[in-house]
Amino acid sequence: MTGAAALDDKVDVAVIGAGPAGLAAGALSARAGLATVVLDENPAPGGQIYRAITTTPVQRKEILGTDYWHGRELVRELESSGARLATGATVWSISRDLEVAVSHGGRAHLLHARRIVIATGALERPFPVPGWTLPGVMTAGGAQTLLKSSGLVPEGRVVLAGTGPLLWLLAAQLLRAGGAITAILDTTPRQNYVRALRHAPAFVLSPYLIKGLRMMAEVRRKVRVISGVTRLEAVGEGKLKEIIFATGNGAAARMAADLLLLHQGVVPNVNLAMSIGIVHRWDGLQLCWVPEIDRHGNSSVPDIAIAGDGAGIGGAVAAAERGRLAAIAAVRALAPAAVSGLPAEQAVMQALAKAEAGRAFLDTLYQPSADFRIPAGDDTIVCRCEEVTAGQIRANVALGCEGPNQMKSFLRCGMGPCQGRLCGLTVTETIAAARGVSPAQVGYYRLRPPVKPIPLAEVAAMPQPESAVKAVVRR
Amino acid sequence: MSVLAASQEHDIAVVGGGLVGAAVAYGLARAGQRVALLDGGDAEVRASRANFALVWVQSKGLGLPQYAHWTVRSSDAWAGFAAQLKEETGLDVAFERPGGFQLALSQAELETRAAQVNRLHNQAAELPYRTEILDRAEIESMLPGLGPDVVGGSFCPIDGHCNSLRLYRALHMAARLHGVRYLPSHRAERIACERGAFRLATTAGDVRAGKVVLAAGNANLHLAPMVGLEAPMRPERGQIMVTERVAPFLRYPVATVRQTDEGTVMIGDSKEEGTSPDGLTMPVNAVMASRAMRMFPVLGRLNLVRMWAGVRVMTADGFPVYDQSETCPGAFVVCCHSGVTLAANHALTLAPMIAAGRLDADLLGPFSARRFHVPKAA
Amino acid sequence: MFRRLPEAAGAALAVSVDGQRVEVRAGDTVAAALLAAGFGHCRTSPVSGAPRAPYCMMGVCFECLVTVDGVGNRQGCLVPVREGMLIETQRGEREVGR
Repeated sequence: MTGAAALDDKVDVAVIGAGPAGLAAGALSARAGLATVVLDENPAPGGQIYRAITTTPVQRKEILGTDYWHGRELVRELESSGARLATGATVWSISRDLEVAVSHGGRAHLLHARRIVIATGALERPFPVPGWTLPGVMTAGGAQTLLKSSGLVPEGRVVLAGTGPLLWLLAAQLLRAGGAITAILDTTPRQNYVRALRHAPAFVLSPYLIKGLRMMAEVRRKVRVISGVTRLEAVGEGKLKEIIFATGNGAAARMAADLLLLHQGVVPNVNLAMSIGIVHRWDGLQLCWVPEIDRHGNSSVPDIAIAGDGAGIGGAVAAAERGRLAAIAAVRALAPAAVSGLPAEQAVMQALAKAEAGRAFLDTLYQPSADFRIPAGDDTIVCRCEEVTAGQIRANVALGCEGPNQMKSFLRCGMGPCQGRLCGLTVTETIAAARGVSPAQVGYYRLRPPVKPIPLAEVAAMPQPESAVKAVVRR
Repeated sequence: MSVLAASQEHDIAVVGGGLVGAAVAYGLARAGQRVALLDGGDAEVRASRANFALVWVQSKGLGLPQYAHWTVRSSDAWAGFAAQLKEETGLDVAFERPGGFQLALSQAELETRAAQVNRLHNQAAELPYRTEILDRAEIESMLPGLGPDVVGGSFCPIDGHCNSLRLYRALHMAARLHGVRYLPSHRAERIACERGAFRLATTAGDVRAGKVVLAAGNANLHLAPMVGLEAPMRPERGQIMVTERVAPFLRYPVATVRQTDEGTVMIGDSKEEGTSPDGLTMPVNAVMASRAMRMFPVLGRLNLVRMWAGVRVMTADGFPVYDQSETCPGAFVVCCHSGVTLAANHALTLAPMIAAGRLDADLLGPFSARRFHVPKAA
Repeated sequence: MFRRLPEAAGAALAVSVDGQRVEVRAGDTVAAALLAAGFGHCRTSPVSGAPRAPYCMMGVCFECLVTVDGVGNRQGCLVPVREGMLIETQRGEREVGR
């Protein structure tokens, strides 16, 4: 159901995001009899990993792989649970009294919830290399979305660059779809292999191991893979023409390309959680901000839980289990009698532990190099919206800017429509490196609503009690 | 760097690295002083990051005509000041003085506004500027796209605006160029006056200086008594919203709506009780949005990209406090709401007086905190 | 830059891109449709004027901003195409009243 009027009601549980965590949380919460709404800004449920799961035109199952099709099960669970799913619904603000502001159908709605589950997932880590704003340069996730949602396969000279499981998965999917890949430029730092070894025993138990190795072998059979890439640059006038790269300390090489697909892991999408003041900490392994949560996903703000990759990267299977834990906690709080009808918490915890086994190995192996997180070149754009460069950031550190908020005031980085999503981590890490302190000491942008741009007219149409009028109109 | 710096002697320590402190520090350094500029950390509450960027004259001076003179002096100095900053830093702070409006959305609002303007101009002392009440037709010829609900408004030809964040950066750059030692994360917590000099205990160690200027905004309330000064503050919370960039359409700043040189449109400004910038009172934003849209209907389609709350630096009577300590000679306090409007004065007029060790009584005497102790004449 | 899997052809509908009639696949988003139709970029930056094209396809980067049915700065990757839709690429900042 996607009716607009439904979004002005009171609900027991508002789940924000219809990816694996949100779908699982919504299904379980509704199954226990709680009035539940799941909100997602995309046209269809699935989130990124199960993007277009109900609408994809890609029919040959082997192209996207069996893991993808698991998403159907989650959508079915939600559909049969009685939860309301609202797509095309953009949550732009939540408040501490659990008022959820939603833009849907060209109107602002206020939804009152008794509990909120934030399941806004992850986004791809910024990949600030020279030329990354050129047309012809996209994220690997973007290309995967085009494949899943529209059955589009890149053609011409296609180069994948970066590190992480998704890069290999995308390569495999494109090849199965009949696409050609000119090369993969693997930026995984060589020393990561050594560092990851000590986590290998745990990873051996992971379901990802065999699948991952098989997939990489499948790709390597068909694609030239260049390992140990330490420098990467997209070059072209108005559009991508070629890629300059180097391995180790070697000389630069050039490669003509029509499409460069970048990826170096995913990081939690923290904007909504931070906008309500949920406490986050710097994760030194995953190199990103993660919310402080308990084992049920409860955050530092009462009655708001975070589930899925937004609570720290764990992958799709773990995300669904975390969603279930958050739902169980919600049911325990709002309808304790209904808990008995739900899966045993212990079983969910075990499933989660299984899904997370070997995570440290992946996080260590695919930890992206500082070369690609903190631009060495002063001219490299860090903030794509406002076109702020790494050199400007360093110059202002020298002027005494100690953190991202003063930096934002001085340079406008993070002030554009993406609201810092594509520059925040780079700004923090660049400042930290320039000052010789940790990212935790530097901190992050102070984020506020709206967490997505919202038409002024929609805000203007919201309730205006007399007290608010008095605060504005001078008499 | 800061550890070394903290141990050094300075002629003068300016407490507070916002627009007021940076402007004063810059002016002091130009006057040849060795200046330490003490500031808080990145997450500090800062009016300088939250303001509306008007260089504003109309309405100023009701009850204290000298404030109108002080404001006009700064407004008149602003163009030269901006040019000076550009020459020294290369940054264009986008100062413009096309005149500015306050718009009324009902007859009642217009009458209230007209009565205020009347009271301003009917004070015993003559004001150095005029504010006119204009009817809708007159305003419409200057502000195309005016909404049908606007019935009239006031216009002051010497109102203007600038890019206050760029001003903030330019002041820091210029201060640095003139040798000011900027000490971030040195929030002053205690100040002692010892043998004719000052020891400032900060969150990052002690800083010593021969003189001290308190420019810490609302925090002056607690700091001023440590050096025999007084800064009665009455902070006030305000909210602002800003849109995405849009092609230029608004030539004049309006007190509550202005288009920046970058193309974004700022919408303000509310007044609520409160000393914390945390959270947003969304209904207040709804009122501001609907009023802005009634003034300029084209705004309705624009997307708001940011909203924030700030805490105004406000003294008990709304007028600035400029004072020097009797008991701790060499200690000065600067408190004002209009750090943007008065930036030129702070750098060009106030700082040289502080460098010379004495505030000009004719010019700044009316702004002494002693006024809070004088019983009002009947 | 992209070709469509044969199995994914689906129903076609017509939209206008900068006044030019373009056949797109029903079910695509505006950003996907533009890429499929070979449009190299969808806007120029309001800061430098440099051309920009869809980058993340998941609603976070705001590179795919276009004018849809007269409304500027819509996120092309979140808006499904409709028959007769008027899509315009953008130059610099959004125009007033659009």
